[in-house]
Amino acid sequence: MNYHWNWGIFLEQVKGGDETYLNWLLTGFGWTVAVSLSAWVMALALGILLGVLRTVPSRALVAAATAWVELFRNIPLLVQMFLWFFVMPELLPADWGLWVKQEMPAKEFFTATICLGLFTSSRVAEQVRAGIQALPGGQLMAGLAMGLTLPQTYRHVLLPTALRMVVPPLTSEFMNVFKNSSVAFAIGVMELTFQAKQMQEDSEQGIETFLAVTLLYFICAFSANRVMAVIERRTRIPGTAADVAAQS
Amino acid sequence: MNQVPNSAMIEMRNVSKWYGQFQVLTDCSTRVSKGEVIVVCGPSGSGKSTLIKCVNGLEVFQQGEVIVDGTSVGDPKTDLPRLRAHVGMVFQHFELFPHMTITDNLTIGQIKVLRRSKEEAQEKAARLLDRVGLKQQAHKHPGQLSGGQQQRVAIARALCMDPICMLFDEPTSALDPEMINEVLDVMVELAKEGMTMMCVSHEMGFARKVAHRVIFMDQGRIIEDATRDEFFGTPRSERAQLFLSKILSH
Ligand SMILES: Nc1ncnc2c1ncn2[C@@H]1O[C@H](COP(=O)(O)OP(=O)(O)OP(=O)(O)O)[C@@H](O)[C@H]1O
Ligand SMILES: [Mg+2]
Repeated sequence: MNYHWNWGIFLEQVKGGDETYLNWLLTGFGWTVAVSLSAWVMALALGILLGVLRTVPSRALVAAATAWVELFRNIPLLVQMFLWFFVMPELLPADWGLWVKQEMPAKEFFTATICLGLFTSSRVAEQVRAGIQALPGGQLMAGLAMGLTLPQTYRHVLLPTALRMVVPPLTSEFMNVFKNSSVAFAIGVMELTFQAKQMQEDSEQGIETFLAVTLLYFICAFSANRVMAVIERRTRIPGTAADVAAQS
Repeated sequence: MNQVPNSAMIEMRNVSKWYGQFQVLTDCSTRVSKGEVIVVCGPSGSGKSTLIKCVNGLEVFQQGEVIVDGTSVGDPKTDLPRLRAHVGMVFQHFELFPHMTITDNLTIGQIKVLRRSKEEAQEKAARLLDRVGLKQQAHKHPGQLSGGQQQRVAIARALCMDPICMLFDEPTSALDPEMINEVLDVMVELAKEGMTMMCVSHEMGFARKVAHRVIFMDQGRIIEDATRDEFFGTPRSERAQLFLSKILSH
């Protein structure tokens, strides 16, 4: 192999521009983080709501929430991206559609965030549902028996324990959000993968480019993992099996 | 006290319940007067838990009527949370809230349901914890207490709500033998103070000591509803006799 290594490439100017390749990658990194974190916040809020709805004593609500989850879980993320970006504006009333296509600020960013947020919400919802259903049935009864309403029982009794239980599976969902955000490049969000591809074509130093990008993605996933580990430790309940194991 | 003697706290009239095709309760009628202590016993699967959960509407029933302190439980217009707030319930597996301290377990209902101030609720919690002998444990979490201690906390939690009556569903059957008495002692004391109690229990010593009446259930029916002396002394149904001889022999 005759590859010409050049680790200095990151500090070189891009062709026909006045910024460095490093600038490109860092901008991309910024967009990746922005899309991922916004999508994650949205996914958590919606996912918890949907996960709860899948466990309530109402067939209509359970069916609606189940349909939502299955819809967003079973269509490939890339296809969803295209649907939101190209198809959705056509389905809106004409003047709204026009506004979305021509005037909406940062439309790639918002489209990508909403799409990734909805996709991830279906996965969060599944974990939350499983967590609630894994609780001993008596907890719900105990909450209701003291006069709490059903929403109060979820809020104060079921969710605090269920959510603690699902921190480990949610950790991998959080890490997945960063990885999945790379799909946003397909609709033109100038995130990390987009910038990497551009740098590779512009500089012809593909290996350095993708090694650097790999490192940046790794930093995202690793930080997500650490943040969740801290949350898990801070919220651990004294006297539970997990707590006893951690103490010893 | 201007209490009408013998007025009903809990009245069940011909209650029947089905799970699909399976009939869990058949035509159950009984009545618990104010200040009365009733022990419900019977073989496993006979419907004791289901019956007692009909009293505070945790289980719905398809036929009959349950009246608690003048309020019909099955009436769709009844504000169930409000009714339940004053009907204490103690479960076989304690069902304390594991993520809360003992104090928080005792104050949450007072604050969220009875709208008491935090200070007032904490004061009441401290008083009742002291009463069940667990003042020292207030800051701990349920997982750090023994089963007997947890069940005493559960009783204190119910008492914090100033209940007009108490329901117990096998409160000692998940406990190690050496912890049963500490819980029964609390229950005996409560009974002696005149609390209206409906207890699903196989602790016949407890029944002998404080029960006014004993109900025996089998296959979803109330087979026997007798005063304590009748139940333990004179003739009664064969099924109840057989059952009694089994549980009294060990
Ligand atoms: N959700 C349910 N669906 C179908 N059948 C049920 C359900 N819950 C209880 N049962 C049945 O109803 C019957 C009465 O149950 P219940 O729990 O009231 O009995 P129990 O007398 O309290 O028994 P144990 O002493 O074991 O607690 C049992 O045969 C049980 O299998
Ligand atoms: Mg039972």
